[in-house]
This record gives sequence, structure tokens and C-alpha cells, in this order.
Amino acid sequence: MQPVIEVQGLSKHFGTFQAVNDISFTVLKGDVYGFLGQNGAGKSTTLRMLLSLITPTSGTINIVGQSLSENRTGALRQMGAVIEKPDVYKYLSAYDNLRLFARLSGIKPTQQQLMQQLEMVGLAERAKDVVKTFSQGMKQRLGIAIALIHEPSIVILDEPTNGLDPQGIADIRNLILRLSREMHKTVVVSSHLLSEIEQVATRVLIIDKGKKLVEGDATTLFDPAQAIVELTCDNPNAALNVLQQSQWPQYLQPQRQSHIVLKMHRNQIPALNAFLVQSNIAVYSLQPKHSLEDYFLQVTSGAQHVATYQY
Amino acid sequence: MWQLTSIELYKIFRRPRTYISFAAITALIGAVQLGLKVDGQSYVDFMIGSISSLEIEGNILNGYLICYIILQMLLVQVPLLVTLISADMISGEANMGTLRLVLTKPFSRTQWLLSKFFAASIYTLLLLTWMACMALFGSMLIFGTDDMMLLKSSYIVILDDTDVFWRYVGAFGFAAVSMVAVAALGFLLSIFSENSIGPIVTTMSIIVFLTVLSTMNIPFYNYIRPYLFVTHMNNWKEFFDVQVNAENQSLTGTIQNSSRIINSIIVLLLHIVAFVGAAVVIFKKKDITT
Amino acid sequence: MKHFKPYIKAIGKVFIVFMVAMYTYVNAYTQDMTPLVLKVKAKLDQVNSYTADGVMKTDIVFIKAPISKVKVFYKKPNTFKLERSGGISLLPKGGVSINMSNMLATTNFTAFAAGEETIKGVKVRVVKLIPMSESSDVVLTTMYIDEANLLIMKAVTTTKENGTYEMEMTYGKFANYGLPDKVVFSFNTKDYKLPKGITLEFEEGAKPNDANLLKNKKGRVTINYFNYVVN
Repeated sequence: MQPVIEVQGLSKHFGTFQAVNDISFTVLKGDVYGFLGQNGAGKSTTLRMLLSLITPTSGTINIVGQSLSENRTGALRQMGAVIEKPDVYKYLSAYDNLRLFARLSGIKPTQQQLMQQLEMVGLAERAKDVVKTFSQGMKQRLGIAIALIHEPSIVILDEPTNGLDPQGIADIRNLILRLSREMHKTVVVSSHLLSEIEQVATRVLIIDKGKKLVEGDATTLFDPAQAIVELTCDNPNAALNVLQQSQWPQYLQPQRQSHIVLKMHRNQIPALNAFLVQSNIAVYSLQPKHSLEDYFLQVTSGAQHVATYQY
Repeated sequence: MWQLTSIELYKIFRRPRTYISFAAITALIGAVQLGLKVDGQSYVDFMIGSISSLEIEGNILNGYLICYIILQMLLVQVPLLVTLISADMISGEANMGTLRLVLTKPFSRTQWLLSKFFAASIYTLLLLTWMACMALFGSMLIFGTDDMMLLKSSYIVILDDTDVFWRYVGAFGFAAVSMVAVAALGFLLSIFSENSIGPIVTTMSIIVFLTVLSTMNIPFYNYIRPYLFVTHMNNWKEFFDVQVNAENQSLTGTIQNSSRIINSIIVLLLHIVAFVGAAVVIFKKKDITT
Repeated sequence: MKHFKPYIKAIGKVFIVFMVAMYTYVNAYTQDMTPLVLKVKAKLDQVNSYTADGVMKTDIVFIKAPISKVKVFYKKPNTFKLERSGGISLLPKGGVSINMSNMLATTNFTAFAAGEETIKGVKVRVVKLIPMSESSDVVLTTMYIDEANLLIMKAVTTTKENGTYEMEMTYGKFANYGLPDKVVFSFNTKDYKLPKGITLEFEEGAKPNDANLLKNKKGRVTINYFNYVVN
């Protein structure tokens, strides 16, 4: 698949505070790319950098092959976005807002086209009402309609379900799926809730404290049988040596402190244990971390030491 | 560019607050005109009381003088009305949260900022045009026209009634430049704030502060006075002073200190360019975190 | 000023006594000029009323005024009106309303000779005129009279309220009626109160002329008359 967003070594400092620290990732055409992290993890800052709302301290961003810093307008033409709250002009109607943003994007849609757009987000009936009277969910849908008005190939939605009731959340979820499946848009969606990402994303990036933790395929990441296994033993170096000269090296992950980390199916754990014991390694513990959810919970519960894994 | 400017104008004129300024000007001018219509004579008596050794005949309180009185009073308040819109141009968008949605649309920030400034300037010009209609044409209708007698701080100027109108055209043109300079200052400050009260209050504070400095007749402040843009804002009055020949006859169609006007216009234009230029440079690099 | 009256009168009387005393020695300086003045008055009295157009130039150092058209109206015995045609005029109080006929409106004056002079090549008699009326604003008028043509060439008037004025006349076509083509009023503006900036002007360096110049400068209003309509 063709990469549509390529991010390399992206960092952002606000004074001494490092909001984003050397993040790299790639979004492929057709992805629903889940962007997962706690509040304050740097999701919003990263997405704003993708949209040139914030200038990176370092790093490069390419949008559909063109550099964002060199061709900002061209890159923005490829993207539509709703960042945080979908704030629009409250004193204007939904229709007038949509028309205004269309013209800001340099296009002049017909009345019919505008109404179709509103219909797609379920706001056709309220087209002429001023936005002041809208619920949060309606504003969010209007925001998405505005993001889509110049027909971008990439749609970026930052925490689109924040503050919505269950029905609103379901509406947005369905809308995201439609964008991807029917309209063939690449969607980047961020959230601090795993459950939301899990239901829509094809690929996932997890960041914490500005750093990338995991990037990978959602089907693999969300497979409950897949486990991250942490090995604690008397002699980690010897253990690593033994493992590298056996049938196990393909499961090895970057080491973290005194732990050796492996990624494998749960069923394989007893065999691994047997092998280590046979190799005279005193195993203190072999701890399977259940799937992404466990992992993410660990992150979100504020664990101090979390390694970066590549799935 | 015009596309973006027209969108900004659309936004300005779809907001009720925009019309408050027009209503305020209408009310203020109406009040002055009514007051002078009802009891203008006592105002005239007060005005000419200081020159008791001269006999004054004619319709002193005519439309031309009344427009001058109004301009003199209102050009102190109009900056507030101008600031109300211009200092809200960016900060208002930040406050509403629309800034981040708007700036994800495919156009250049510089163009957008300039078009916003043009829109604020057009609003300012419309406000002044409205003021001119009310204060000049309104007063001309209500009070008629005649020669215009002005008491300067140490002399009296009488302008022939055929020699006044063009001076108002010039004065309003000048006022437009100085009000756009005020708009530019408010506009610059509006990029630093996420609510509009801050830049509005700051702009007005700066103008009031500098006005006080520029009117205080203290030698120390006299040195810095020429560099304060508010000092120059008052120079629209220079249009209402004539040159005289050797026999002390005023020369119709002349201006006593035209160089002072040109100098002030240049200073004001430089301020506009500096304020807007700074706004563009800063805003281009600004991180939108609202 | 009123309490000076008795003194002025007294001085007048002393002066007359003095002049009578002098009469014996120097005939010319004690001559009663009343007949000459009355002859001039009679000439002016031929005119019952007149109107005239004029062009007025105001030369007062602290006034910038354009040249303006004026209209004057006169009716016997002493109605004199100067109007700017549809404009604003600023004139010294009382000054311009003092015209010749006005000055000679009553016969209640004492006139005596004060020598001879030459103005614009014309030999003139200098006549001092003292009004006898208590209520007169005029204290003293010095007239320079062209005896041959019975024309007042110049008059210097001292008033109680409005200072001293000088009028210089130039005659032309209407010399027969004693009506001048050009009148120059001069007066001292030294004591004039200047307008105080009621307009809240902040202008600096607004003074059109040097302050010293202002102190010395005489104000002048020049009116050129034409289109006399005499009845």
C-alpha cells in the first residue's frame, strides 16, 4: 500500500517541556489509523503538526509524497480535520458554516452539494438552524462535514467522541467506517480509549509522554492470544545468549532493563520455560502481558517503565 | 485574496456586535446635533466669549463647524469602536475555537491574515464613511452651510464656505489612515491572545497612555512626541488652516502645514506596515494550541 | 472712564482758556474750525442714504480670513451697517461702524484747528473735534480735512470703550458726495484678548507669527467700495 503520511523523527518542545519526542510512523492509503495515548501523551500536538497548526522543532512530515514544510497548502488540500472540539461559527447556521468553509477551501459547491454533505452527516433537517442550538454530537458531525467539504483524501479526527453520549459515539464510529469503506478515505483517528480505536482501526500507534511505544497492525495487536512475555532470571546475559543460539531468537524483542522480552503465542510459554531450565538458566518469572489491552492499561495506569515494542 | 477578504467581511457583518458601532456613532452624532440645534447659541457664546474685543457676525454654528466639533469629539471614541472589531479578528477566532478549524484549510496563513486585516480596514472605512454621512452631510442638512470659523489655540481661521468641503474630504481620508493604524495595532495584539477583551483593553490602554503622553506639555515628553503615532492622529485638523499672503489674506485652497499632514501620513503608514508586518511574521510561526 | 469726564471737561476748559489767550498771538492755532466741519457735514448731508458693494480685506495678525464681499447700508442721520454677503465677519467692535457721517451726526461738538499737514500730496487742515455729549463713546477725533474739496482724508478717533481707530480715505468718482472709494481702518490689537483654545486643540507651534510681532502689530481692515447707489 502507498504511504500517504510519512513522519520521521518528529519532535516538539514548548520551552523546556518536550511534548513530542522523536516520533516516526507511516500511514498507508486506506488505513483507519488509530492514534492511542493518554490525555497529554502528545497525540493532539502530533496531529496539529501534521496539519501545520504547530511547527515541529525537528523532524519531517510528508503528505502524499509532498513535504508539509515546503508545500503547506498542497499538503493541506489532501487533508480534512477536526481537532479537539468541533468549534464553528455559532452565530451562523450549519449550512452557512459549511458554505463558508467551502469557500475558505477555495471551492464553490452548489446548494445541492452542500445539502448532500449535510445529509451525509445527518444534519440536512437542521441545515438552516444556527449552530448555537446544536448538541455536541451534531457539532461534531458538522465538523466532519466541514472537514470533508474540499474532498480531501485523508481525514484526521482528534478525539471525535469526546463528550458525546453513547448514541453520539456510535454515530461517529459508523461515520468513520463509512468514510473508510464507502468513501475510501484514509482516516487518522485519535483517542485515549482503547475500546474506540479497537472497533475501527486497521493500524494502531500508541504514544506516551511524547514517545512512540507501539505501532502495528490492529489484527495482530488486538489478538488476545498474542502475548508479550517478560523473563526474569539469574543471569540475563547468559539467557539472551542461549536464546539467540536456539530456535527462539525470532521472538526476541528489544531488551528492557534486566528483563528479556519476547513476543509469542501463549501456548509457547511452557516450551520456552522448559528450554531455559534445560539450559541451566534459573528462571524467576515468565510473565505474559495479555495483549495490547493489558499493555495499554499498564501504560494508562501510569507504569513507569514501558519499553517500545514493534509488532 | 479578495475571496478570503469577502469571507471575513461576511463574518464581520453577520455579527450583531458590528452594528453596535454604527448605532453608537449614530446616537452620539444625533445627540450632539440635537443639543446644538436646541441650545447652540449658548455654545457659540461660550466659544466666542474669549474674543470679546471683536464683533462677530454671521451663521457661526453652521453644518461645517458642527461637523468639526463632532469629529473632534468622536475621533477620540472611534478608536474604541475600531478596536472592538480589529482586536477581535484573530483572538476572537482563537476564543471561539474556529482558528484551528480554519487554519487546516488549504490557503496560506499570510494571505489569510492580510485578508483579515483588509476586512478590518474596510469595516473601519465603512464606519468613517457612515460617520461622514451623519456628521457632515447630516449637519449640512440640519444646520446649512456657511463660512467656517475656527478658534485655534492662538488665532482665528475663517474659511470661505466654498473652501471647506474638500478639506473634509481630506480630513476624513486622513482620519481613515489614522484609524487603520489603530486597527493595525489592535490586529497585531489580537494574535497574542485567546480572548478579545485582552487585546481590546490593551490597544485602548496604549492609545490612551500615548495620548496623555503626547498632550502633556513636559519638555521630556516633547522629545518622544514626534515618534508616537497617536500624536499624528490629531493632524487631520491641519486641513482646516490656510496660508496667508503678505497682507494677511487667507489664500483659498491652501493648507498652512501641508508638510505636517504628509509627514503624519507617512508616519501612520509606516506604523500600519510595521504592525501588520509584525503580525504576519509572528503569526506565520505561531503554534495554534487553542 | 466716566469719572475722568469732569477732568477732561476741566482740561478742555483750561485748554480753551489757554487757546483764547493764545489767540492774540498766534491766530492760526486758536481758530474755531466749526464752520469748516459744518461745511464738510453739509456736503455729506446731501446724501440721504446709500448702499454700496465692497471688497473687504481683514489684516489682523491673529485672524486668517479670506477677502470677502461686503455690502454697506447708510441712512441719515446715523444708521450704518456693514454686512458680509452670506458669510462670517470678524471686525473690531464699533470700529467699522464709525463712518464719516456718523462722526458728524451731531453738531454738538467743539472743533478747533491744530495745524496743517500734507497727506498724499494734498494740503490738509488738522482739526480736533471734541464731542460735547456726555454719552458719546468718542472722546476725541482728529480730522485731516482737504479744505478745497471739503473731504476728510484721515480721521483718528479715540473712544472710551473700543480704543483708538484710524481711518484713511481715498476718494474717486463719488468725491462729490464725500463718499470714499477706499477706506483703511487701522487699530491697535495689542490689548486684544486672543482666543483661548476652547476646541481642545493640541497643536504645537500653532502660532502663525512671532509673539513680538503680535504685540506691535496694528490691525487693519481695508474696504474698497464700488457700485454706490446714492439717494
